[in-house]
Amino acid sequence: MKMKRETLYGYLFILPWLIGFLSLVLYPMIQSFYFSMNDMRITPHGLQFVYAGFNNFLNVWLQDMFFIQELMAFALDTFIRVPVIVVFALVIAMLLNQDVRFKGLFRTIFFLPVIVASGPVISQLVDQGATAIPMLNQDIIMSILNALFPTWFAGVLSNLFNEIITILWYSGVQILLFLAVLQKIDPNLYEAAKIDGGSSWECFWKITLPTIKPLILINLIYTLVSLANSGQNPIINLIYANMFNATRGYGFASAMAWMYAVIIVLMLGILLLAFREKKVKKR
Amino acid sequence: MATKQATRLMNVLRNDQMDAKEKLHLVRLKLHHILFGFNDRKGLLLKLVIYMLLLGIGFVYLYPILYMFITSMKSLNDLLDMAINWIPSSFYTQNYQQAYSVLNIRPALLGSIQIALFPTILQVVVSATVGYGFARFNFPLKRLWFGLMLFSFIIPPQILMMPTYRLFSELGLTGSLSAFTVPAGLGQGLNSTIFILIFYQFFKQTPKSLYEAAEVDGANQLVSFFRIAIPMAVPAFIVAFLFSFVWYWNETYLTTLYLTSSSTDITTILIQLQQFETNYQSLYPTTEASPNRINEGIKMAGTVISILPLLATYFFLQRYFVESVDNTGITGE
Repeated sequence: MKMKRETLYGYLFILPWLIGFLSLVLYPMIQSFYFSMNDMRITPHGLQFVYAGFNNFLNVWLQDMFFIQELMAFALDTFIRVPVIVVFALVIAMLLNQDVRFKGLFRTIFFLPVIVASGPVISQLVDQGATAIPMLNQDIIMSILNALFPTWFAGVLSNLFNEIITILWYSGVQILLFLAVLQKIDPNLYEAAKIDGGSSWECFWKITLPTIKPLILINLIYTLVSLANSGQNPIINLIYANMFNATRGYGFASAMAWMYAVIIVLMLGILLLAFREKKVKKR
Repeated sequence: MATKQATRLMNVLRNDQMDAKEKLHLVRLKLHHILFGFNDRKGLLLKLVIYMLLLGIGFVYLYPILYMFITSMKSLNDLLDMAINWIPSSFYTQNYQQAYSVLNIRPALLGSIQIALFPTILQVVVSATVGYGFARFNFPLKRLWFGLMLFSFIIPPQILMMPTYRLFSELGLTGSLSAFTVPAGLGQGLNSTIFILIFYQFFKQTPKSLYEAAEVDGANQLVSFFRIAIPMAVPAFIVAFLFSFVWYWNETYLTTLYLTSSSTDITTILIQLQQFETNYQSLYPTTEASPNRINEGIKMAGTVISILPLLATYFFLQRYFVESVDNTGITGE
């Protein structure tokens, strides 16, 4: 009897979410999949569906000139930016976790971008060129990069330098999360390690990193998703443009969105695979 | 402390009983301790490196904002003068006056507050309820629903955007506040997964015996939710409210979709900023050789005005932002 009551209450509490999920996530997902299988035309009699099978999906890959190009650029960018953001957040969190003065002030500064950095503000700043590190000499960096790496990779790296501040601005939440978990590590652990003759360097690799490993994964996922879904993303704008395109329409845009989603899920899969818990064998 | 150490060092040097070699050795040791640290004390060099790094990164973080403020203060002459970089030649506020008149501040501010406040309230309340449900009760298919909730975070919004937009326009929700409050009330607001997770973690950590004691005293589930769980969860409520408010305030994708594509009076500051250039041109039409051309100074002034409300709020409430994350236990134990 108690089991039943618990079931009832459980469902009662999650009911709002359940309704929302079914009506605003699951149903639109199915619908969007249906759209992607059709050619949709807006006619005076309303929307007209012509069944097209997987043609839209094929067209995304074979006919669209920009999709593959943008996707490659996005994938490369992401594979560089995500680690940069997370490592950077970890470094800052560790610096702040030291016994420094004005800790509150620094925290306030590093978290500030989360408050002010919205789409239009960032695009205004990028227009002004205010997002590159000012005193760095861009030309020298470019020429060095071009000499060292193949062109496509040098392009990605110079992109990184040009937008370094926007990239760093994405790390506010990650810094807070790292800081919160760093503060929870028991100081006795470090003390014991120090007595046994461990250096700070060893302490970092043997104590800090293993403890915060789950959070690193969470931060990686958060960063990836927030980069992938941000309004500055060219693919998202491409999908948006196709949606209101006369010859392409919703069907094509939906197919593109689906393909994009598959790519994102693949990337997440790679992350999870790299971070999976290795099964400890029982002795 | 430095002076104390210096006098100690001097004492060693003045000491006649030691020979020069011994003195040199002691001084070297002392310097080594000061520079590289000793036991738990950090050396001067390490401290220097830490502060340099923090200051440097802090400057890089603040640079765009500083740049924005300074450019917004520059008159056209200053902007064209390559020699003027950081300090404008005069205190020039004309940019702000023009930007202020272009931005439609009053309706935009009202709209922004509406769009941020009402969905946030609903979102926080619903997230707390759902998080409590997931944390406290065991029911069939719980793992499935929980997994789907996490999954809904990573679905690109574009997949859902089109059908949702059609659904909302059929229901007549577009162009009104309901386009934001309805999803928020159904637990599908902006980043709702994160908020549900925050509450889930929080309620998971509260001891079960509390609820059991309440049950023995005759409280039913609803009473123990309202009288025990909610009062305990105040830190989680604060962090959820602040983050949700900021995220809704900064949201432009959905607001553009729902508010600009259909006729409505609601507008937000960020929508105004997006349309800044076109609005400016219609308000100050450019004639041949007129001084009214839009320039960086005016654009930056508009941007400054648009971030000012949140910036001011942040400086009052920043303690809650940066410390609250520690209190919610979202990082797990």
